[in-house]
Amino acid sequence: MSGPGPRGTNLQSLAAQPQMRERIKAYPGTVTYLDLIAKNKRSSTLLMILMIILAMLMGCVIVAAVVAYGGRSAPEQLIPSAILGGVAGLGAALIAAAWSWYGGASAILSMSGAQPLAREMDLELYNVVEEVAIAGGLPMPKVFLIPESALNAFATGRDPQHAAVAITSGLRMKLTREELQGVIAHEMAHVRHLDIRFSMLMATMVGLIVFAADAFWRILRHTRPGRGSRSKDSSGGAVMIVLLVLAVLLSILAPIVARMIQMAYSREREYLADAGAVELTRNPEGLASALAKLAGDNEPLVEAANRGTAHLYIVNPLRKMREAHQAMNSMMSSHPPINERIARLLALAR
Amino acid sequence: MAIGGGLLVGLVVVGIFLVLVFVVMGMYNALVRRRIDTDNAWSQIDVQLKRRYDLIPNLVETVKGYATHEKGTLEAVIQARNQAVSLSGGQASVAQRAEAEGVLGATLGRLLAISEAYPDLKANANFGKLQEELTSTENRIGFSRQHYNDTVARYEESRQAFPTNLIAGAFNFQKKDYFNTTSAVEREAPKVSFT
Repeated sequence: MSGPGPRGTNLQSLAAQPQMRERIKAYPGTVTYLDLIAKNKRSSTLLMILMIILAMLMGCVIVAAVVAYGGRSAPEQLIPSAILGGVAGLGAALIAAAWSWYGGASAILSMSGAQPLAREMDLELYNVVEEVAIAGGLPMPKVFLIPESALNAFATGRDPQHAAVAITSGLRMKLTREELQGVIAHEMAHVRHLDIRFSMLMATMVGLIVFAADAFWRILRHTRPGRGSRSKDSSGGAVMIVLLVLAVLLSILAPIVARMIQMAYSREREYLADAGAVELTRNPEGLASALAKLAGDNEPLVEAANRGTAHLYIVNPLRKMREAHQAMNSMMSSHPPINERIARLLALAR
Repeated sequence: MAIGGGLLVGLVVVGIFLVLVFVVMGMYNALVRRRIDTDNAWSQIDVQLKRRYDLIPNLVETVKGYATHEKGTLEAVIQARNQAVSLSGGQASVAQRAEAEGVLGATLGRLLAISEAYPDLKANANFGKLQEELTSTENRIGFSRQHYNDTVARYEESRQAFPTNLIAGAFNFQKKDYFNTTSAVEREAPKVSFT
């Protein structure tokens, strides 16, 4: 395992460059990137189905609860309205899924304030992206620049043919060519593993649940209990209470559960994307050195990121969360501690 | 009863046969897919090598104006390039081409190391751009070769592993060579330290 991989930090490296690590064991166990792709395809399909079922359920419960709250709690009134709610939920989920599939990437990019970058504007960045794409046999993604001084980067898209990588101008300025290669390779590993598809759908799903729960509270606040209410009718009153409790529970629990699933998946993915980056560049030190620089920076990406998109970034863009997860690998953290990531990378270098 | 039993056995035999056909088809298609991957990866190396051939005349022309005492090195680069180009069109083996490209890479490295001694050359904007392009090209060649070798490794794995090796043997799936660097100059290349 001697000799450096392709780097090109300086002129001397040209002479040494073609000697490379032929094989490196980057992924844990017997995992290959093909397994990760297959897994992400399965997870994405499952997520789509879950999203649809959940949206239908929430539609049922919310509409039924509102109707019951309005005083019409007889079963013959509740069942049609529950069905109506389910259909509305299905419609919303299908629209959200289609929107996410075709427009999610550009929405995420514009939400982050990323701007398309022309090749002439940054030849080196383009070259680095293209080199890494070649290493993975991937098509060239679109390249975006986020005009912010905070240090961060992310990738998005539904598949490698429709992928985009974005980097903040702060990070771009701070990295050497080799470190830049590591960061881009991490993002391209997300592209290659199809994490980008899963993350995009995940962001949509979380958004949908939060939106629905929010909508429920709004509706509830603006609905008065029906006059001459039939809630004295004991069975009707019980149905109403059950529905109300269910709806409240769902709208409180759903966002929390969704976030926890999102974060748990995301942490695992970050480690695997680091491994995937090494598989691409055969150079763990480049990314490790870049991560060390990222760890030193504490400026949050206030404008660009919110909790729905935080998991897309190479390091957590929300400062509060970052401090929390540096202290401990907390349940709600979307990213593993940077020091742990660096340690794992350096273990590969030996 | 006897007729029913015969029918059942017949159905089971046909069923097993069909399953076998599908399994063989799947393995055959997987082999073909991996062979196509290696061919694609191979053509990507050619694209990047061509990129290097195209860059060299420009580079030599730029260096020539400043580094007047390095005629020997410049000529070595041009000669190595022409040798590599001439092998690229013909029926040369992978090993022969790898050798020629290795020599070219080494002479280019020497040229760039020498150019460090010429401050005027380093200050030249055109040279700076060429240097970035050449750095990138070397990385691209390295990475495309790495990718080719990865695809060959995957192809060879399924070609040699049981049970796909039976299919590979029956349908004559040829062995693929790795693109190894064999040049002695290259093997002695010093390890780079980076900051």
